[in-house]
Amino acid sequence: MSSLQTILPLEIRQLVFEADGTRLLHDINLSLASGRRTVILGPNGAGKSLLLRLCHGLLTPTSGEILWRGAGSRERAIRAQAMVFQRTVMLRRSALANILHTLKIRNVPRPERRERAQAALAMAGLAHLADRPARLMSGGEQQRLALARAWVTEPEVLFLDEPTASLDPAATRSVESLVEGFHAAGTKIVMATHDLGQARRLADEIVFLHKGRLLEFAPAEEFFETPRTDEARAFTAGELLW
Amino acid sequence: MSTIGSALAEAGALLISFDADFLEIVGLSLRVSLSAVAIACLIGFPLGAAVALFKFPGRGLVSLLLNTFMGLPPVVVGLIVFLILSRSGPLGVLGLLFTPTAMIIAQAILVTPIIAALTRQIIADLWREYGDHLNSLDASPLDRIGTLIYDARFSLATAVLAGFGRAIAEVGAVMIVGGNIDHATRVMTTAIALETSKGNLATALGLGIVLLVIALSVNAAVQLVNASGARKAAMA
Repeated sequence: MSSLQTILPLEIRQLVFEADGTRLLHDINLSLASGRRTVILGPNGAGKSLLLRLCHGLLTPTSGEILWRGAGSRERAIRAQAMVFQRTVMLRRSALANILHTLKIRNVPRPERRERAQAALAMAGLAHLADRPARLMSGGEQQRLALARAWVTEPEVLFLDEPTASLDPAATRSVESLVEGFHAAGTKIVMATHDLGQARRLADEIVFLHKGRLLEFAPAEEFFETPRTDEARAFTAGELLW
Repeated sequence: MSTIGSALAEAGALLISFDADFLEIVGLSLRVSLSAVAIACLIGFPLGAAVALFKFPGRGLVSLLLNTFMGLPPVVVGLIVFLILSRSGPLGVLGLLFTPTAMIIAQAILVTPIIAALTRQIIADLWREYGDHLNSLDASPLDRIGTLIYDARFSLATAVLAGFGRAIAEVGAVMIVGGNIDHATRVMTTAIALETSKGNLATALGLGIVLLVIALSVNAAVQLVNASGARKAAMA
């Protein structure tokens, strides 16, 4: 967003992840460039969250590589990313204090913090809830607060792990429009979802996962018009996939 | 029945009279135990948090020891501190034996494992919830500990209360290292023990009731602060 040099592209090579001897991700190869909104699509258990977490560095691959081509250093790479989780992590503080906390951790000088936090709250439509304990806010408000918290870090890449999975349609729309706001500001969006409608609304390109394998990586239109695999055809048709 | 009746009368009389000797004993009890708890918090919070958050060799052992030492027998701790502080002990030159400082040291040793072990559990539970977010922010170890301790402050207050309860109620350690010297190291529990052995059951029981009232007040105060603070921060 504000950086001189981008940490992208993200290159994933031969990525394998195993837990307790079970292989959960098989040989993923993928290269994500800036600009395009990437949606990781697939049924529950496909490995979408795992892939996001591995990319974001929350998990360590069993084998394979995750390379931020432009980053230079690990710290530069990790601090240029933000992630919003399906189950938001709300600190036991007010909405405003949640954002102030992030700014403090990112070493923003104290005098600047309040103004930036309030701007982020306003951006997320939460200005009137600044003093509300974050954990007493509704699910949709919490997710918007999580996005506001990500916003103040000015991420180059924003990972979203099913951010609207438990939200009602109105809250989903407001979260999606915030995601669009990140995109408009130049942030690379990488979002996992199992919601076909959402994928159609937001995606420029689709990464389709099934049972831990990367089955398709294609521009969104192409993926939805002419899926190449049976699994993708079945999934886009809304059929059960096992 | 008559003993209990006169004990209640004695307790009432003690409370109302503001007897100087009695106030001195209560004051020393509070001073020793609160100081011990404060020291135990300074050591126990970061230690418990570190054991919860960081992987290091021997972490399992430390955790086991902390849990075990929650039940340290006060007389044993008293004896060990006595041996260390006695004239011929390694720290004998400090001349601390039979002083309130020695009592604070002994109680701090008793309370630290309690606070550290409970802190470890509380912080580990909160880490399970906060871990992803703090990792995602790339928070420094110090920021992690700070965030977790701050956000767990209401649960940690309970750990502090458990520690204070232990300190204010124990008699074995302060008796051995303090010596129950009148106007010097006599606290409520040692006074109760003394009055009991002298046969002044009513006075002993009266002191006991006062001790209970103090413990009750401290707990009630913390609970009040907790309840209003937790509502604000939405612990629930």
